[in-house]
Amino acid sequence: MADWWKTTADNILKVPLKSFNKQFSTTTVRAGSQLTVRDALNAAIDEEIKRDDKVFLLGEEVALYDGAYKVSRGLHKTYGDKRVIDTPITEMGFAGIAVGAAMAGLKPICEFMTFNFSMQAIDQVINSAAKTFYMSAGQVPVPIVFRGPNGAAAGVGAQHSQCFASWYSTCPGLKVLSPFSSEDCKGLLKAAIRDPNPVVFLENEIMYGTSFDMSDEAMSEDFVIPIGKAKIERQGNHITLVSHSRYVGHCLEAANELAGQGVECEVINLRSIRPMDEETIVKSVMKTNHLVTVEGGWPQCGIGSEICARVIESQAFNYLDAPVLRVTGADLPTPYAKQLEDNSFPQTHNIVGAVKKSLNIS
Amino acid sequence: MLSTVGRALRNSSTPKTLFVGTRCASTEATFEVAQCKLHKLEQGPATTVTCTREDALKYYRQMQTIRRMETTAGNLYKSKQIRGFCHLYSGQEACCVGMENSITPEDSVITAYRAHGWAYIRGISVHGVLAELIGKKTGCAQGKGGSMHMYAKNFYGGNGIVGAQVPLGAGIAFTQKYLNNGNICITLYGDGAANQGQVYEAFNIAMLWKLPCIFVCENNGYGMGTSVERASYSTDYYTRGDYMPGLRVDGMDVLAVKEATRFAKDYVLKNGPLLIECATYRYSGHSMSDPGTSYRTREEIQEVRQTRDPITSFKQKLLETNLVTEDEMKKIDQDVRKEVTESEKLAIADTGPPLEDMYDHIYVQPEADFKVRTCDPVTMVASR
Repeated sequence: MADWWKTTADNILKVPLKSFNKQFSTTTVRAGSQLTVRDALNAAIDEEIKRDDKVFLLGEEVALYDGAYKVSRGLHKTYGDKRVIDTPITEMGFAGIAVGAAMAGLKPICEFMTFNFSMQAIDQVINSAAKTFYMSAGQVPVPIVFRGPNGAAAGVGAQHSQCFASWYSTCPGLKVLSPFSSEDCKGLLKAAIRDPNPVVFLENEIMYGTSFDMSDEAMSEDFVIPIGKAKIERQGNHITLVSHSRYVGHCLEAANELAGQGVECEVINLRSIRPMDEETIVKSVMKTNHLVTVEGGWPQCGIGSEICARVIESQAFNYLDAPVLRVTGADLPTPYAKQLEDNSFPQTHNIVGAVKKSLNIS
Repeated sequence: MLSTVGRALRNSSTPKTLFVGTRCASTEATFEVAQCKLHKLEQGPATTVTCTREDALKYYRQMQTIRRMETTAGNLYKSKQIRGFCHLYSGQEACCVGMENSITPEDSVITAYRAHGWAYIRGISVHGVLAELIGKKTGCAQGKGGSMHMYAKNFYGGNGIVGAQVPLGAGIAFTQKYLNNGNICITLYGDGAANQGQVYEAFNIAMLWKLPCIFVCENNGYGMGTSVERASYSTDYYTRGDYMPGLRVDGMDVLAVKEATRFAKDYVLKNGPLLIECATYRYSGHSMSDPGTSYRTREEIQEVRQTRDPITSFKQKLLETNLVTEDEMKKIDQDVRKEVTESEKLAIADTGPPLEDMYDHIYVQPEADFKVRTCDPVTMVASR
């Protein structure tokens, strides 16, 4: 894995908007190489549009502009107006149209420029996409992917800094994925597009420019990661850290730091929020007897709350040697100023502190 | 001769019937229908409509079946066999019957929560509708949908969120254009939904992309308990698409609706979206909890029943032209009554959905080990 943690919000902010393109990698897809998260997502969409003529991408600025975050770069040039479609800035309208297209048999990839704007369209995601297969007793499937950056970006204020994992994952009928690495992004997005159900695919803006090693297998057009399985990113015996998206990286960083003090953390990358891989979490907790959850979302009814509930309802409860601790985003709307924002989301020292508290060490 | 009479009648305020033959059992007749009001259209639907005897019998039967089915649904609701929501279509029958008979089964329809008539006309049996309303396994959605969520081939509901089906319908039309299959989608909404923002988001995109979609505003005069005048700054719903051409048709005249839909299907395949305002009326309250009298008078309802009823007026026309005899229509009435009564009995006697079905249809092709949490914290049930 690359030194992903060197990509900080600071680095991104230093890039002037006009030269935004220049920070994007020009990685070509070749075996054994590194790939940015952005290019991995681009490859997944490219391969699936090529593979299935019912797959198309629509959203704001996805075609001529190459995507607000350049995830769809080059796709319009390759596939043209039919498969890569710019929409007006009207989320409820185009999300509804995408859902209708899916009900009638196509497989849309509906990009939200960010998930903050998906709230304008949340009725179409929940009431139309997630529930129709059930309401119709299996007559009307809705094979659609809603994707875009989720969670806090950098310096964009309260309305543009929010994690929707908890919001969407509460709803049966949806699948909710939250990838961390380039491999996750490619394999899970391809799985999402091929899945016959509505899938909410939560990317992370700050991660787009981050490079990761890609195996030959992951570079293949046939590479698909099964939905619903977590990945143990690092094995350890002393404590379990469960996280998703960008904060998996923070957990790995904390694990590195703690390893120097003789503490071996097991780091679980959830990958899939719904369905959630409870089995992997429970097994790990039964081994380590300690659990800390880490996420960027708010604490109340968050993903950590769900993990906590599942663990204490499971046989792992009897194996816990300390209370479960949740490291979460602070319980407030995101402030703008950097020093305030930095303290609104988990940092590595928050995780290290929580681990030490759980293990009762200093 | 016919065309002369047609021209003479075209400007009259009350459409009249044109006689083709004077003997009983003519094979067809031509009828004058009211001229549609037009918005951004040079030409509108024809004002004379020819109808065969066979078709006339069919439309009459379809409208009577829906009327009878809805009366039965109302009674079943009052006897507490139907729960929750139940929005009746009585009074609006000419809209769905007229439209369905100008499209093909390959064309699509999506509507709002007043969906029983549409579900029937799109191919669900009376039994399938009533059993769904009573919540039986034999219902068209196996008791999982209820009044507002009925589906059939190329019929996408039934939607309980006011206005949400409008973008969905545009999306269905998008698929038809994408697949280039020559089909269209009829996307219906009510006068209440006509003020929802997402309707206009869908209009904009549908016009930009020239989707083969007929948007239909079924204006029955009242959005729940609020009259159109109290809810809409402009009640000319056929003009509310602004840049989208539109027309207002007499939604109480099945032949006018049929002709407007024929015109509209041809139009949208060549040009992109068209908006039809179907001027109609509902006899029942908004739903079963609404007696429908606090915001309108009983006299108003009575007057519409007597002067504009879509079934009575159609019957009158058929008699005037000798296209169909009174006896033939009486026979249809009897058949319909029998069919609905039998369907009702059957639906009441049917068994309810078994509990083990409850956990199915959450996901398409779930993993083999996928289990659903139940209300009992230690019980998980397999889902298919």
